[in-house]
Amino acid sequence: MRIVEKAQLMSASEIDRTLRRLAHQIVEKSGGTKHLALIGIRRRGVPLAQRIAQAMRGIDGVDVPVGTLDITLYRDDLSKVAPQAVLQSSDIAFGVDGMDLVLVDDVLYTGRTIRAAMNGLFDLGRPQRVSLCVLIDRGHREMPIEAQFVGRTVQTSDTEIIEVRLREIDPEERVVLVDRQEP
Amino acid sequence: MTYRFRDLLALEPLNADELTFLLDQSKPFQEIQRHPLKKLATLRGKTVALAFFENSTRTRISFGTAASRLGADTMNLQAEASSVKKGESLLDTVHTLNAMKPDCLVIRHSASGAADFVARHLDIPVINAGDGTHEHPSQGLLDALTMRDRKGSLENLNITILGDISHSRVARSNIHLLAKFGCRFTLCGPAMWVPRELESIGPPGASIRRVFRIEEALEDADVVLVLRVQTERLHEPALSAGDYILLYQLSAERLRLAKPDAIVLHPGPMNRGIEITPEVADGAQSCVLEQVTNGIAVRMALLFLLTSGVAEEGAVAAAENQPKESTHASH
Repeated sequence: MRIVEKAQLMSASEIDRTLRRLAHQIVEKSGGTKHLALIGIRRRGVPLAQRIAQAMRGIDGVDVPVGTLDITLYRDDLSKVAPQAVLQSSDIAFGVDGMDLVLVDDVLYTGRTIRAAMNGLFDLGRPQRVSLCVLIDRGHREMPIEAQFVGRTVQTSDTEIIEVRLREIDPEERVVLVDRQEP
Repeated sequence: MTYRFRDLLALEPLNADELTFLLDQSKPFQEIQRHPLKKLATLRGKTVALAFFENSTRTRISFGTAASRLGADTMNLQAEASSVKKGESLLDTVHTLNAMKPDCLVIRHSASGAADFVARHLDIPVINAGDGTHEHPSQGLLDALTMRDRKGSLENLNITILGDISHSRVARSNIHLLAKFGCRFTLCGPAMWVPRELESIGPPGASIRRVFRIEEALEDADVVLVLRVQTERLHEPALSAGDYILLYQLSAERLRLAKPDAIVLHPGPMNRGIEITPEVADGAQSCVLEQVTNGIAVRMALLFLLTSGVAEEGAVAAAENQPKESTHASH
């Protein structure tokens, strides 16, 4: 099987602009940042959440707490993914009771990750509200889950993959659409 | 990094990377012990068989709690109230348990090598919860996790082990783990419990020395591991309890000979006033209760590691051909 790059969906500067727009939208819609907190889903949701929080400092001058969540223990497809799942730490240093939480992830696809993330969150307490922010929504939902804050919606086919590459994790920064082609 | 074995029978065959991996995998489960809601559904539908052919309270409860916090069910076999008393062989008992289709077997047995023997006859993961005087790998891991949390690193620590080392599987598992991180060991206790052979139980090149004066043994120690003294082994004339206390008890005064930030570990249950004074057991340097909490985290990590990925043959290969289940399963 060959992996072929079909298109660039976002450049580094477009990612940056999109995250700043998302930061504005979240602040606007929350009507106050007092109880607001961002939860980045490992792995690429984590730097995205940190960058959105950084952008919020520029808007309101407010420090919004950022937590990270590893959803491995809450997945419904463990044995299908890998013979051994490797766990990462979650780090949510604030209480979630009564909070207005925004889950942040790179790509929204089947919705199963978000289902798992919500299970993880509710083990920590009872947030007042949970919303979802993603850089890319590529459709093909298998759960009744939608994002309130979307960087860009992209129509995709089942064989296509969206790769969000971020400088904190990857050697380059851009979003590409790749396809798997049978030889 | 992955773990390359189906079972966890001993720490001796594991290298430093694999041991670090196991300790790192325990960290998320340490966090879960602090959650208001500690129960996960990760291993829902799985069953863990706990086969304790030798008495144990804390290890059995710890494994049982670890299983239930992961959402798994447990089957309990306790030697006291079981067919073992009626003369059934180890293999028959284990085959019977296995026929009830557990997904993992945790075994404690008084014979060294029992876990290994059982693992060779079963097709499910086996975790050794202590076999004779051989190893107690989950205890070694929880001790190391406790040390790493308190000391920041396991590299090059001076470890003093006090007590009946010749009969101690806890000491062996600790040595097999910590020696791979360059720790140096000082073994101290009555000569009959610290035979010369112990100097060569570690991996090649491991620094293990025997010292018979506790004051000398404690000098420069970063970690003092106090072993439980089996009181039935203390008797006149060879060694009375009074002699043991006089010569080898860890008291606050003696602990001052170790490094000021030295920590004290004990696998429990403690004989207060025999191998350790209450003052030390309850003091700021004592990690005894942290060890208990960490024990659940380590055992959750082991059960998760060994049972969550036991998919049907070919499931992984099949998943890789479906974009939804492979690269993008996390979306």
